[in-house]
Amino acid sequence: MANHSNHAVSAAHGHGHEGHHDQDALRQMGFWFFLITDCILFATLFATYAVLHNNTAGGPTAKELFEMPGIIAETFILLTSSFTSGLAVLSMNRGDKKGLIGWLIVTLVLGAAFVGMEVTEFANMMSEGHKMSTSAFLSSFFTLVGTHGCHVTLGIFWMIALIIQLSRRGINSTTKRKVNIISMYWHFLDAVWIFVFTIVYMMGVM
Amino acid sequence: MSQHPNTHGAHGHGEAHESHGSLKSYIIGFVLSIVLTIIPLVAILQDMVEGGAATALLIVTAVLQFVVQLFFFMHLKEEKGPRWNLMVLILGIVIVVTIVLGSLWIMNYNMVAH
Repeated sequence: MANHSNHAVSAAHGHGHEGHHDQDALRQMGFWFFLITDCILFATLFATYAVLHNNTAGGPTAKELFEMPGIIAETFILLTSSFTSGLAVLSMNRGDKKGLIGWLIVTLVLGAAFVGMEVTEFANMMSEGHKMSTSAFLSSFFTLVGTHGCHVTLGIFWMIALIIQLSRRGINSTTKRKVNIISMYWHFLDAVWIFVFTIVYMMGVM
Repeated sequence: MSQHPNTHGAHGHGEAHESHGSLKSYIIGFVLSIVLTIIPLVAILQDMVEGGAATALLIVTAVLQFVVQLFFFMHLKEEKGPRWNLMVLILGIVIVVTIVLGSLWIMNYNMVAH
């Protein structure tokens, strides 16, 4: 994504204001299209998990493995971070740079807490010998949940880069577009997590 | 982008159309999401529902929460002109449902070798 954004910055220079605005709207739409294709990526992983989740090959089942308190905390942390990324956009629309950066920092701290908890959860499972190679269930589990975790991690680094840019250049039409896009990405990650939480964890412990 | 006359018209008057969503819509979305997370949690973990009903409850609350996020956080409803975002979303949902249900159906009900 970084390449795309850089390209966007150079391309946006020298355009008239109206054209610039149209291009920004078009780029946001392009990002939406990417998110939909990302949904299809997750759909294949969900399908794989749904097919394989009973094939535990003598290893632990979902019910034995999952520790719900941590998962519930992760869920509320990510949900709250989706909300705070929305508050960042609201601050931006008011022209409040401090509020924007502040809410982005809150969002990324919550995101980091989420990733931290997930990594701990994975590490605990692996230290107990429940690895990706244990069973088809665990292969599909780690791939699905890990792919979501990678997306969140990427979002955190992206947000750090954007905060640096915002503090240097302030709120202009380019940084505005980038904030809109990253908040869309963040809401999307929360939406995917709803299904991870429901299909993997809730149905797993049911 | 001649399809977006509204966007142009509003532009001269500043941020009116830029300010996607309001604090109110974010708060409503947030509260609804929390409620829609707590309902299945309590129902499943307290064993208030079981079996098929529990699965149905989980799927319904997850889909509702997805819809809440789309409207209150992603502002799908505020899109103007030809609704490309909505159309791509529908295409995406068709593909997603086909992949997931198709895989489940083929793998669970059409076993050749067992």
